[in-house]
Amino acid sequence: MNLTLKVWRQANAEAKGRMETYPIADVSPDMSFLEMMDVLNEQLMGQGIDPIAFDHDCREGICGMCSMFINGEAHGPDRLVTTCQLHMRKFNDGDTITIEPFRAKAFPVIKDLTVDRSSFDRVQQAGGFVSVNTSGNTQDANSIPIDKHDADKAFDAAACIGCGACVATCKNASAMLFVSAKVSQYALLPQGKVEATDRVMNMVKQMDEEGFGNCTNTGACEVECPKGISLENIARMNREYLYASLKG
Amino acid sequence: MALESKIPKGPLSDKWTNHKSKINLVSPANKRAIDIIVVGTGLAGASASATLAELGYNVKTFCFQDSPRRAHSIAAQGGINAAKNYQGDGDSTYRLFYDTIKGGDYRSREANVHRLAEVSTNIIDQCVAQGVPFARDYGGLLDNRSFGGVLVSRTFYAKGQTGQQLLLGAYSAMNRQIGRGKIKMYNRHEMMDLVLVDGKARGIITRNLVDGKIERHGAHAVVIASGGYGNVFFLSTNAMGSNVSAGWKIHKKGAHFANPCYTQIHPTCIPVSGEHQSKLTLMSESLRNDGRIWVPKNIEDVKAIREGKLKPVNIAEENRDYYLERRYPAFGNLVPRDVASRAAKERCDAGYGVNKTGEAVYLDFAAAITRYGSEQAHVKGLDENDAALVKKLGQDVVRSKYGNLFQMYEKIVDQDPYETPMMIYPAVHYTMGGVWVDYNLMTSIPGCYAIGEANFSDHGANRLGASALMQGLADGYFVLPYTIGDYLADDIRTGKIDTNLPEFEKAEATVKAQLERFINTKGKNTVDYYHRKLGKIMWDKCGMSRNATGLNEAITEIKALREDFYKNVNVPGTTSEFNEQLAKAGRVADFLELGELFAKDALERTESCGGHFREESQTPEGEALRNDKDFTFVSAWEYKGEPSKAKLHKEELNYEEIEVKTRSYK
Repeated sequence: MNLTLKVWRQANAEAKGRMETYPIADVSPDMSFLEMMDVLNEQLMGQGIDPIAFDHDCREGICGMCSMFINGEAHGPDRLVTTCQLHMRKFNDGDTITIEPFRAKAFPVIKDLTVDRSSFDRVQQAGGFVSVNTSGNTQDANSIPIDKHDADKAFDAAACIGCGACVATCKNASAMLFVSAKVSQYALLPQGKVEATDRVMNMVKQMDEEGFGNCTNTGACEVECPKGISLENIARMNREYLYASLKG
Repeated sequence: MALESKIPKGPLSDKWTNHKSKINLVSPANKRAIDIIVVGTGLAGASASATLAELGYNVKTFCFQDSPRRAHSIAAQGGINAAKNYQGDGDSTYRLFYDTIKGGDYRSREANVHRLAEVSTNIIDQCVAQGVPFARDYGGLLDNRSFGGVLVSRTFYAKGQTGQQLLLGAYSAMNRQIGRGKIKMYNRHEMMDLVLVDGKARGIITRNLVDGKIERHGAHAVVIASGGYGNVFFLSTNAMGSNVSAGWKIHKKGAHFANPCYTQIHPTCIPVSGEHQSKLTLMSESLRNDGRIWVPKNIEDVKAIREGKLKPVNIAEENRDYYLERRYPAFGNLVPRDVASRAAKERCDAGYGVNKTGEAVYLDFAAAITRYGSEQAHVKGLDENDAALVKKLGQDVVRSKYGNLFQMYEKIVDQDPYETPMMIYPAVHYTMGGVWVDYNLMTSIPGCYAIGEANFSDHGANRLGASALMQGLADGYFVLPYTIGDYLADDIRTGKIDTNLPEFEKAEATVKAQLERFINTKGKNTVDYYHRKLGKIMWDKCGMSRNATGLNEAITEIKALREDFYKNVNVPGTTSEFNEQLAKAGRVADFLELGELFAKDALERTESCGGHFREESQTPEGEALRNDKDFTFVSAWEYKGEPSKAKLHKEELNYEEIEVKTRSYK
C-alpha cells in the first residue's frame, strides 16, 4: 500500500506545533500501525529529518502507553484495540491518514505525539488503593467469599489500562470513565468497601484539580475505550459520590 | 572476590524462619534517616518500593516509562503459582519447591527456591487484601488452573491479564505511599550508572528522558529491579523498552553476572509475519490446559496447507501428529516450556511447519470446545447431540477463560481461533540468568541488590509457568524488605549521602561523555540496524539449540558488530531534549556487550540443561543430556574490562533435600 501521512509535529511543550505531510510506500497490510511508524521514522532519519516521537512499549495492547489520535479517533478506526494492535489491513491503498496526539488540558504535549499523562497517576495517588500493609499477616485469601458476579464486574472495571483514550475522545476532556473504573473495582469488593467514602471524594477532587472536564453523558468514551470499560461504572461512581456526600 | 552465597545453616524448611529471626533490624526512628533507591517498577520494583516505604524508609523509585503502571509485568498473562492446596489435589510447599527445582533442571539454589515456595501463599493473601480481582468460582472462592511441568492446579489467575491485575495491585500500594510522601516517584527517568563510594553502592546517575538533564541521586542502598534481557534477541515478547542497562552498568561496576546463557524460549507465541516485525506476542501457556498441539502426519498435507489448498480443520484425526502427547504421555501438552519449544523446532526442522515460513505448529481448541459444550448442555438439560449447540456453548466457555487472548490473536493474524486452530511458534520470553545475588538478594557490590527477573536466583536453567509473578512479588513484598535491614543496620549513623562527592562527579562526567559520543558519531546506520543484526546472530547461534562452532562465530561477529556500532551509528538530535534514538543507543550498546558474554557462557557450559541445549550433549532420542558431575554450579562472571576477558567464578550447588535426577516428563 502507498499512503500519505499527516502528522502533528511539535518540538517540545512550549513550541508551536503544525501538521507535516509524509508519503510512505510499500506498506504491508500485516504490519501494525506502530511498525508502519517505525518504517516511517527510519525513512525520515535517512532524509536527515528528526524522527517522530511517540509513546509505545508493550506493543500488545496492555501497557496503555501508546496513544495516537488517528483520523479523528483515539487508537484509530478499529474497535477494542490500542494503537499498537491496529493493523494496516484496516486501511486502503492511497489513503491519507491524519495522526495527532491525545489532546486535553490535563495531557500537555511533550513532543510530537507524546503527551504527559501524569495527571492520571495523581488521581490514583489520591485514593486508588486499599489501605493495607504488606506485612504478610493478612487473613487467608479464601476467608471472605465474593459473589462471582461482583468479582467479574470488579475485574471488568479493573481491566482499564489508563491510556487516556476516554479523555482524548470526550468533547469535554472528562476523565470520568477512567476514575469510575477504579472507584467501581474497589466498591464492588468487600476489601475496598471499608474506605469507599473517602476514596470517591478524594479521587473526584483530584480529578477536578487536574483540569479534566465534566461528564455530559455522550458515551463517546465507552465507544473508544480499547478495553470496553462500561458506562455503568460512571453511574456507579455517581451513586458512590452521592452517598459519600450525604454521609458527609 | 570469592562468592559467598550466605545460605543460612540448619534444616531446609527452617532456614528462612531462623534467618529472619536472627538478622539485624533497623528501628522505626532510624528508618526515617535512611534512603533507598529502587530502579524499575514491575512487580518486584513496585512491591519493594511500597513495602520499604510502609516500613518507614525514604524511597526514590525510577522508571523509564511515563508511569510506573506501564512496566512489562503488566503483560504477563497466565497466572501466579502458590502452594495453597485449595483444590485439595495434593499440593504443598514441598511440592511447589520440588517442581520448581526439577523444572529448573537442578540448576537453582535449594534454599532460595524453598523460601519462594514458603512465601507463595502470603502473596495470594496479600493481593486479595489489596483488591486484586482474581477469578472465582460460583461459591465465591478462588479458582485455579494448571500450568506446564506440574501435576496439580495451583495457578491463581485473572482471565488472561493476571500480570496486569497484580501489577496494578502493587502500583496501588505504591500510590498510597507516594500520596503519603514516602516514595518519591521519577517517571521517564533512566538509570545511567551506579555510584560507588568506598566500595559501597551509594547512588545512581539518571537521565531525565523529557529534557535530557543528567541528575545525581544519593542513597544508602540501591535496588535493581529492571527486569530481564530478552531484547538482546531484538525480537522477543518483551516490551520495546525492556533493556539490560541497569543490570549491565552494575556488572561493570563489580556485580557478577550469572548464567547469562539461560534464556527461556516460550513455545506458544504468534509466528513472525515479515521483515517489518518489531516484537513478538505471547499466547499464554494457560492455553495448553485446553489446546492440543499438532502438525500433520503426512508431508503432502503440509504442502497443501502451505499452498492454501487444504484447511487444518479438514485433516482427519488419524492424520494428525499430536507430537507432545506422543512423546511425553505423562505430561502431554503440559510439558515444561523448554521441552515444548524444542519439540516444535524438531517438527518444523523436519519440514512439518504449517505456515509459509515453515515455522509454525497448530494449537487446537476444537476438542476443548466440544468437551465444555457437552458439559454445559448436560448441566442445562439441553440436547448433548446437537453439534451446533454444543459448539456454541463450548465457545462461550472458552471465551470466558481466554477471551482476551483469542481477541489478541484475531487482531494480529486476522483469523478466528474459535473456528480454526491457532498457529504458534517459540519465541524468546524470559531470562533466568541475571545479576548474581546471595541469599539476601545482595549482589557482589555491598549495598546493591537485585530482585525479580533482574537477578538469577530461583529458576535455574528453566522457569516454570506462572512462577515469574510469584518470584517478583516474593522478592519485593516479603524477602528484600527483611534482608535489606541486615545491611542497613550498620548505616544508621551515616547521614545523608553527599552527591557532591568526587565519585558522583566522575560518574556523571563519564555518562555525559558517552552520550556526546553517540550524538557526535554521525554515522550512516540507525540504532535499530545494529539491534536487528545483533538479534539475528543471537537467534541463529545462541537460540533454541547451540553448538561450539556457532557460539565461537557469534563471539567474533558480535565483537565486530560492536566495533562497527561505535564507528558508524547515527543518533540524530541532541542530548538535551526528548530523544528516543539516544535512549535506545545506550541500551543497544549494552546489549552488544552482554550478547558476547552470553555466547561465552553458552560455550563454556558444554552440557545441555533447561533452556540451554548444546547439540553436542543429547541422548540418542534427542533429549537434553545434563552433566551433573562437571556442571552443577552457577556461572558467575566478573567484569574485567571487556566481555571476552570476563572471569568465571563457580558457585557449587549442593542438594541436601532433593535427589538430583534426570528430568523426565514421559
